Amino acid sequence: MILSVRDLKVSFRTHDGPVRAIDGVSFDLKESEILGVVGESGSGKTVSLLAVMGLITDPNATIEGSIRYKGRELVGLPPRELRRLRGNEIAMIFQDPMTALTPVYTIGWQIAEQIRAHRGLSKSKAMERVEQLLAEVNFPNPHEAMSRYPHQLSGGMRQRAVIAMALSCDPALLVADEPTTALDVTVQAGILDLVRKLRAKHKSAVVFITHDMGVVSELADRVMVMYAGRVVERGTRTELFSDPRHPYTRALLGSIPPLTGQKPRRLPAIPGSPPSLLRLPQGCAFGPRCPARYEPCETGKPGLGASAHAAACFRVAQA
Amino acid sequence: MSEPMTNTNRPILETRSLTKRFSIGTRFSAEGRRTVHAVDNVSLTVRRGETVGLVGESGCGKSTLARCLVRLYDITDGKLLFEGDDITSKSLSELRPLRRRLQMVFQDPSASLNPRRRVGDLVAEPLRIHGKVSAREITARVAELFELVGLLPDHMMRYPHEFSGGQRQRVGIARAIALNPDLVVLDEPVSALDVSVQAQIVNLLADLQEKLKLTYIFIAHDLSVVRQVSTRITVMYLGSIVEEGPAEEVFATPAHPYSQALISAVPIVETTPAGARKRIILTGDVPSPLKPPSGCRFHPRCPIAVDRCRSERPELMEYRPGRKVACHFPTLT
Ligand SMILES: Nc1ncnc2c1ncn2[C@@H]1O[C@H](COP(=O)(O)OP(=O)(O)OP(=O)(O)O)[C@@H](O)[C@H]1O
Ligand SMILES: Nc1ncnc2c1ncn2[C@@H]1O[C@H](COP(=O)(O)OP(=O)(O)O)[C@@H](O)[C@H]1O
Ligand code: SF4
Ligand code: SF4
Ligand SMILES: [Mg+2]
Ligand SMILES: [Mg+2]
Repeated sequence: MILSVRDLKVSFRTHDGPVRAIDGVSFDLKESEILGVVGESGSGKTVSLLAVMGLITDPNATIEGSIRYKGRELVGLPPRELRRLRGNEIAMIFQDPMTALTPVYTIGWQIAEQIRAHRGLSKSKAMERVEQLLAEVNFPNPHEAMSRYPHQLSGGMRQRAVIAMALSCDPALLVADEPTTALDVTVQAGILDLVRKLRAKHKSAVVFITHDMGVVSELADRVMVMYAGRVVERGTRTELFSDPRHPYTRALLGSIPPLTGQKPRRLPAIPGSPPSLLRLPQGCAFGPRCPARYEPCETGKPGLGASAHAAACFRVAQA
Repeated sequence: MSEPMTNTNRPILETRSLTKRFSIGTRFSAEGRRTVHAVDNVSLTVRRGETVGLVGESGCGKSTLARCLVRLYDITDGKLLFEGDDITSKSLSELRPLRRRLQMVFQDPSASLNPRRRVGDLVAEPLRIHGKVSAREITARVAELFELVGLLPDHMMRYPHEFSGGQRQRVGIARAIALNPDLVVLDEPVSALDVSVQAQIVNLLADLQEKLKLTYIFIAHDLSVVRQVSTRITVMYLGSIVEEGPAEEVFATPAHPYSQALISAVPIVETTPAGARKRIILTGDVPSPLKPPSGCRFHPRCPIAVDRCRSERPELMEYRPGRKVACHFPTLT
C-alpha cells in the first residue's frame, strides 16, 4: 500500500467560528492506481490533499487522524522530513502551474535545479535529463523550450512543464489538484493521456482531484465523491458510474447534459446549493437538497460503512 | 400564438465580415506596435427565437465578438446590423433606444455587481436609467423580476456577497431582462458555478426564453452545456468561424477537423473501460493571434493538412442550407 489515510479530520479556527473542513476521511491507494476525488468547490478536496502532503501551515488548523505513506506515519513528522519526502517520492501538480514555477528563471533551469537538488547530477547531465522529460510530456521542440521563461508558454505548456518537473523524481505518488480545470478540453485531453501513460510507465500511484465527473470517468480506477467535508460514496469507476448509490452522486450525474442523443427538455437540477461549513444542517449534510430525505436524516449523520462500494446514506444502508 | 423556430424567422442580429483588431505595445516598446487579430471576418446571422452557441478554445475571440455585438467594443471593420438597421458606428446616444433591447450577462456575476448596493437596487438600476417609470412601478417590476428568476422577495435588501454564486447569477440575469430585451448575449454565464447549480441556471434561461420570447447568443466552454441550450452552433478558431450548423447535427457529425477534435476531447461519463473512446489529440498549441498562420489557420495542428492548406485559406462555404464549413476537405455526411 502506498498511502493509507484513516479518519482524517481538519478544522480551522476562523473569525466566524470553528470550521471542520474535513470530517473523517479514509482511503487507501495502491501502486499504479489512479484515485479520482470528485466534489464541488468547498467540499474539501484540496484541504484533504494538503493535509496528506503536510502542507497545511495555517496556525489555526488542527489535523487529526492517521496518514501512512508506505507504512510510515506522516502525521506529526517534522517538516524537514516531510519536505524530503515531497521532493523525492511524492510530487504535486496544482490548478495554477505558476505556483510551482518561478517567473524569473527559464523552465529548463528550474527543472534541472530540482533534479540536481535531489539526484546530485552534474549540470550537463541534469540538462540532458530535462530535455528527455520535456520530450516525454510532448513538447514539440524540447531543446528550444528549455530556454523559455514561464510567461512565454501557454497555460497548457506550463502545466506540462510542471508535470515534467514532477516526473523528474520518478515519484511513487503523484498528487494532482484540478490540474486541467483552467485548460481547454483539447489541451486537457492531452494531459489526461499523459497521466495515463506515466502511470503505466513509472507505476506511480495518482490521486487526481477534479470537479468534473467526465474527467474522473475517463481516468480513475477508483473514485471518491466528497460533499461538505465527507466522503459520501466510494467505489471502483465501474461501480460508481453504472451503479451510483448516494442520492448526491445520482443527482450530480443526472444534472450533466448529455453530449449525444436526445436532449432533455429540462435538466434534472439539484435544488439549493452546497451548505456553508459554518452552518451545516443537522443530520445528513445533503438533507436539505435530497429528494430521498426521510426522518432518520434529520438527526443522524450517515456513515460510509466498510464495504468496497459504499455510500454514506441511511436509505442505502437500509436497502 | 408562438412563432415557429425555423430558418425563415427574421434575422434580429447580423454581422458582415466583422473584424476586431487590438493594438498593443507602442512603437517604442521592444517589439514595436503589434496587432492582435481577435475577431477576423465573422459573418453571422442570428434569427429571432433561436439560441446560437459560440464555442472554441480560450482566446479564440468569443468574448471579443460578444462585446462587439452589444457595441461594448468599437468595431474595426465590417458591419453590424440590428433588425436590418446598420448600427456599426452609431453614437452612444443613437444607441440608447437599442440598449434596452440588447443585453449582456457576464461570467463572473460578482464582478459586475456593485458590492455596496443592495441587490433590489441593482435590479432596479436599469429601470431607473432607461425606463420612464415611477418609484411604485419600479418596486413592482423588481418584485416581478425576482419572482421570474427564482429569488425570494426578502432577498431584495441583501448585498451581493450574502448570496451564493448561483443566486448572484440570478441577480445578473434579472438585471439583464429588466428592460424586456429581445436579444441577450450570455458570456460564460454558468462557468463559475458549481456543477449542481449549473443545471438550475440552464433551466432558468430556457424558461425565460420561452416566457419572454428571447433570442440568445450563448458562450460557454462546457460543450455539453452549449449543446443543451443551443439551437445552432458556431465553432470559432483563432478569430474566425470554421463551422456552423444545427446544434445536434454539429455535435453528432462535425465536418471540420477542428470541431471533430474539440468534440472528441470532451470527457464524458461512460461505463465502458477508461480511455476507450476514440479521440483526436491535437498536437501543438493554439497559435498566437498576433501572428496567425498562413493559409488555413488550423493547418499547424490539423491531422489531415496538405500543402494546399498551408497556402490557400479555405472560405466558409454553405454546403447545405444552414450548414457551413471552412475547410478544403470537410467530412460531409
Ligand atoms: N483589450 C484587448 N487588448 C488586446 N488584446 C485583446 C484584448 N481583448 C482580447 N484580446 C485578445 O484577443 C483574443 C481573443 O480574446 P477573447 O477574450 O475574445 O477570447 P475568448 O474566446 O473569449 O477566450 P476565453 O475562452 O478564454 O474567454 C485573445 O488573443 C486576447 O488575448
Ligand atoms: N485556511 C483556512 N481557514 C479556514 N477555512 C478554510 C481554510 N482552507 C480551507 N478552508 C475551508 O475548507 C473547506 C474545503 O476547502 P477546499 O478543500 O479548498 O475545497 P475544494 O478543494 O473541494 O474546493 C472550504 O469551506 C474552505 O473555505
Ligand atoms: S441520508 Fe437521507 S438526506 Fe442524506 S442522502 Fe441519504 S436519504 Fe438523503
Ligand atoms: S483546410 Fe486543410 S488544414 Fe484546414 S482544416 Fe481543412 S484539412 Fe485541415
Ligand atoms: Mg480545490
Ligand atoms: Mg471569454
